[in-house]
Amino acid sequence: MNFLTTFYAIFFKEALHIKRDPVTLVVTIAIPIFQLIVFGYAIDMEVKNIPTAVCDADKGSGSRELISALVNTGYFDIKESVASEADLRDAIVAGRARVGIHIPPGFTAGGVNGRGASFQALVDGSDSSVAMQAVNVVNSVGLMQSVGKFGKADIEKLPVDARPRVLFNPDLKSANFFVPGLVGLIMQIVTVFLTAFAVVREKENGTIETLLATPLSRGGLMLGKLLPYAFVGFFEICVVLTLMRFVFGVRVNGDVGLLLLMCFVFLFTALGLGLLISTVAKNQAQAMQMALLVMLPSVLLSGFVFPRESMPAIIYYFSFLIPLTYFIEILRGIILRGADLMSLWSQSLALAVYGAAILSVSALRFSKKLS
Amino acid sequence: MSAIIQLEKLTRKFGSMTAVKDVSFGVEKGSIFGFLGPNGSGKSTVIRMLCGLLEPTSGDAWLDGASVREDSERIKRNIGYMSQSFSLYRDLTVEENLAFYGRIYGLGRERLRKRVAESMEMSGIASKRKQLSGTLSGGWKQRLALACSMLHEPGIIFLDEPTAGIDPVARRDLWELLFRLSKDGVTLFVTTHYMDEAERCTHIGYIFLSELMVCGKPAELKRLPEVTPAGTVWLEATSDRITQALGLMKKAEGVLDATIFGESLHIRAAAEFGEREASLALAAGGVSLESFRVVKPSLEDVFVSLTRERLNARGAA
Repeated sequence: MNFLTTFYAIFFKEALHIKRDPVTLVVTIAIPIFQLIVFGYAIDMEVKNIPTAVCDADKGSGSRELISALVNTGYFDIKESVASEADLRDAIVAGRARVGIHIPPGFTAGGVNGRGASFQALVDGSDSSVAMQAVNVVNSVGLMQSVGKFGKADIEKLPVDARPRVLFNPDLKSANFFVPGLVGLIMQIVTVFLTAFAVVREKENGTIETLLATPLSRGGLMLGKLLPYAFVGFFEICVVLTLMRFVFGVRVNGDVGLLLLMCFVFLFTALGLGLLISTVAKNQAQAMQMALLVMLPSVLLSGFVFPRESMPAIIYYFSFLIPLTYFIEILRGIILRGADLMSLWSQSLALAVYGAAILSVSALRFSKKLS
Repeated sequence: MSAIIQLEKLTRKFGSMTAVKDVSFGVEKGSIFGFLGPNGSGKSTVIRMLCGLLEPTSGDAWLDGASVREDSERIKRNIGYMSQSFSLYRDLTVEENLAFYGRIYGLGRERLRKRVAESMEMSGIASKRKQLSGTLSGGWKQRLALACSMLHEPGIIFLDEPTAGIDPVARRDLWELLFRLSKDGVTLFVTTHYMDEAERCTHIGYIFLSELMVCGKPAELKRLPEVTPAGTVWLEATSDRITQALGLMKKAEGVLDATIFGESLHIRAAAEFGEREASLALAAGGVSLESFRVVKPSLEDVFVSLTRERLNARGAA
């Protein structure tokens, strides 16, 4: 009885707060959409058209063949030709080129008379992913050139033929990797901030004092605070999932119902996190900082950007403490791999337990007494 | 025991600091109890304990027979609380704020509608029902806060400095409202710094340095022997040059203390100090005495005397 009356009163009031402050509502809905578009389009791990400088001291048929082979891979974009190795270095230092190809005199001759031909690739290592890609491509071009020299002409078949096939994301589009993770991150941002602020605002304005002098029910107060923002969060999910499907063309391969269910489980975990922050923070500035403190590891360590497998052991185990870690695995599983609940049971269970734990802790911390 | 509020050695500590120490007193049903004391003396802490917002460290208090230690949730149904700062929702209208509190107290639809209308009527805020409460002026905000706190028809209403920072007219209107509530049998527990408001209370408690110093009707407090020790009188004098007169009075033999009170001098002196002595003292500085009479001490005199006495006792100890 008391629970219901409190819940109804608080829910109605929060809905009025949301209605009175349309700017906040629009911003909370617009920011994730903006983020989705920026992240979805801008984060591209593929490296193409690396600016390259060439110093061809050989000027023979062999060197011309090598250069065109490099250009044909699509990875190198020859920006300039220079006269000396020193000029190559200058171009890299100045940032005009990231890769410098140096072909010494006698390269063509060495290839023909069997004494061996060598060329050098200087790679700017300041961006590791670009450098890695450049080294790989230069190596494989060199290998192909060597093989070609053995077989005199272009050979049709290598003795060993490796045929990698990429499942679920055949084109290796970054969007497929990022967008599902982004759905989780955006949900966390919106709900954690909204709930944390909704409760802390009562402390900051002193309204909590009047409220606590009434016979309100603690559970009703909490649920009344959470549910309106759960609706906002759920609406947000629907918008983001729609954008994912129709703007980025990422299909949901698994069960949409299961996907929404897991979203709801995560939603309550994130709401609980917001509530937990609000029990600690005294004002909105503190709440903001704490929410950011939660946000940073969620972005960096949850597997959203960097694969968790390659993290140092301590960080890897730490990432199990982040609810988003489980949710991102679930999202990618359902959306990209079409996984069902059976194959995702451990992550789903972990997320559900996590959510229940966070909500209980914040409920216990949410005292009806002033401190 | 006719007391509707009874405190028994109520104590609250914050860490090593004792905010309220062994405070015991009773408040009669239907009275307007003025709870006075300097800032930081523990007034708000007492109110918060009585409203069930703070747990007492030791001691207990009973509101209408219910203990704040054990029964604070039951107590909360029968009290209204108006906190020190404006603590309603600024982005909600007057009516929405009232309806919200009504719902929190579990008023049904019909009763809610009736009580919201009644409280708006009584506090005279009906004309501003659609206005956002954040845009109200100070006086209206306080009226709204009071309306919210009496919505569920509580037997006791706590008001923590309800008139701080509002204009004199609004202040008087608010007090009229309090008198009306009191007439209906509601017990009011009010803190204030204004002495004229203290005079309006039926009973007064004075807390200083976390301890209750006196408690009683204003007239009783003015008769306390500590305030007017044997062989001393309280006097009021007027003069054409009040500031010079104050200096001269303070130096005059037989005068224990003197302050300016409005346009007159307020003097505490030995019983022998009469009009002749006063006139002579002023004449020495070329100032004339215009009027002179024996008065009862004001409440301000009472509190200042008690405070000084306590500080002296502390200094001596």
